[in-house]
Amino acid sequence: MPGSDVNNSVLWPLLLYAAVVAFLIIAILALSYILGQHHQDKATDQPYEGGIEQTGSARLRFSAQFYLVAMLFVIFDVEAVFIMLWALGFYELGWAGYIGVSVFIVQLVVVLIYEWGIGALDFGPDEKKIMRAYRRKIKNQSV
Amino acid sequence: MTVMQHVWIVLGVLFVLLNIGAGLIWVERRMLALWQDRLGPNRAGPLGILIVLADTLKLFFKEDWVPPFADKWVFIIAPAIVVASVLMSFVVIPFAPGIVVADLNVGLLFFLAMSSIGVYSIVLGGWASNNKYALLGALRGASQMIAYEVFMGLSLMGVVMMTGSFKLTDIVEAQRDMWFFIKQPIGLVIFFIAGIAETHRLPFDIPEAESELIAGYHAEYSGMKFGMFFIGEYLGITLISAMTATIFFGGWLGPEFLPGWVWFFTKTFAFILFFILLRASLPRPRYDQLMEYGWKILLPLVLANVMITGAVLLWLKG
Amino acid sequence: MTASEIIFWFLSVLALFSAIMVLISRNPVHSVLWLIVVFFAISGHYILLNAQFLAIVNLIVYAGAIMVLFLFVIMLMNLNTETEPQRNTWLKVIGVISGGLLLTVMVSAARSAGELSNKTALIGAGDIGLIQNLGKVLFNQYVVPFEITSVLFLSAMVGAVVIGKKD
Repeated sequence: MPGSDVNNSVLWPLLLYAAVVAFLIIAILALSYILGQHHQDKATDQPYEGGIEQTGSARLRFSAQFYLVAMLFVIFDVEAVFIMLWALGFYELGWAGYIGVSVFIVQLVVVLIYEWGIGALDFGPDEKKIMRAYRRKIKNQSV
Repeated sequence: MTVMQHVWIVLGVLFVLLNIGAGLIWVERRMLALWQDRLGPNRAGPLGILIVLADTLKLFFKEDWVPPFADKWVFIIAPAIVVASVLMSFVVIPFAPGIVVADLNVGLLFFLAMSSIGVYSIVLGGWASNNKYALLGALRGASQMIAYEVFMGLSLMGVVMMTGSFKLTDIVEAQRDMWFFIKQPIGLVIFFIAGIAETHRLPFDIPEAESELIAGYHAEYSGMKFGMFFIGEYLGITLISAMTATIFFGGWLGPEFLPGWVWFFTKTFAFILFFILLRASLPRPRYDQLMEYGWKILLPLVLANVMITGAVLLWLKG
Repeated sequence: MTASEIIFWFLSVLALFSAIMVLISRNPVHSVLWLIVVFFAISGHYILLNAQFLAIVNLIVYAGAIMVLFLFVIMLMNLNTETEPQRNTWLKVIGVISGGLLLTVMVSAARSAGELSNKTALIGAGDIGLIQNLGKVLFNQYVVPFEITSVLFLSAMVGAVVIGKKD
């Protein structure tokens, strides 16, 4: 590898290691392809759904909640990168850096509180909604 | 160090890791049996240790099935990603003084980057299988892993502040006076919990929860492709145990009467056994409980840990 | 050819090839996978430039986080070749125009970069990407823009909630 002496001594074993890992993985996959049996039966080519016949395709659309989780993750991941930079130069940056990062973290705590308040962090079924629907049903029945 | 020494370290590390990964099949089954008052595998070889060989051979000769309804290439790549990303993470871990494949000065970040790549194995494995159980497992697994990845990174920041380096040998050397788990108990607890969630081990094995999702994201996998997910999981346990030992428990440091690598492996195995004990003793939480626990408890806690550690360190320095 | 040149050319070819594959893959999930390969190649380039921190952050944030978001959105909307809507002609025209504009910018940038072409010795010698320096610069010189980014995060999150929380 080029560049500084640090790079020189450090990086080529990494590349060698990566190459050996890649070779191992390919070897394992190839070996199991050669050694493994291949047979064809009536139900071989059907997806497994606990033993019953397949009902519809598995290309489903799913809850937008997962999108929110991914978005939260991206934001807090980028935040974590900034905090990592600060943690590394912690002593040199001193109190000035500490105040800088505090303001940053407080703003992200605000994001978290907002998320919490709006219910984006509630993953399970909403008890209140269920109870409301239940009471409505009871009322309708009594009428 | 000479070129040949580096080559031997690379090959030696891989050899040891693959043997640990496979050997843990036996360790886990024996230990679970011990804690559940039964015998476990004891027929093949002394104490049943040859079950490892039998299991491996069996996996190689099992049907190597690529479902016709699956996305063929993605289906094959997914198990390769998990093994590759976990094995690559071991590059930065110092097993003993001088025994490290590549002592990167961004070592800790390299570990975090590789564990974030590991998410793809689950997402892609579940998506490519084109199976409803697999897809559900993939979604749960991905949202669990990406959430806990953030907490994992942040929980290590206290250690980085005290060391002033991402290099793992520096972190070990900084623990000569006192191991970091005394100064960073909250960091240790959060790192370990996040580690369990990252390796999706019990009690956080929600992406593959067999009582509700059959096998989750690897429901359609068979043969050695399934075996690679399996080995990836065991190597993941080893990785988190080794990282815990290195970052919080002084890595190779220990009393002089034993060489460094013995201390390192002793500590690592202690945590591996703890992983197995967790599996034997804890029930699985619900998906929503796990996620809410992460975002509502761990995240505020880890941010508070960073802020308080920073303030205390600066105050002590004066 | 030195080792660094070989690695440079290998990474460049890999990045360009993967970028082309991103464009011509029919399946959006395959495109995302190729894009991840592009990020890996670019991280390799950063390491050649001695910017290890950027290389790793590129992996953590782009390959590890943003691409997961992409995958989620693609799986969420269930984009398939079968369900792909017909592209209309207007979209194509607009695409050609904006692509052409981008090309113009790139070409002019490449031409003005011509005067830098004899400064390739920078490889491996720069120290701006080294972590310690980066932290100092960020928290001293650029502390105000840094704080403003968190406001950006805030607005991004509010936007995501508005989109995602419609019951």
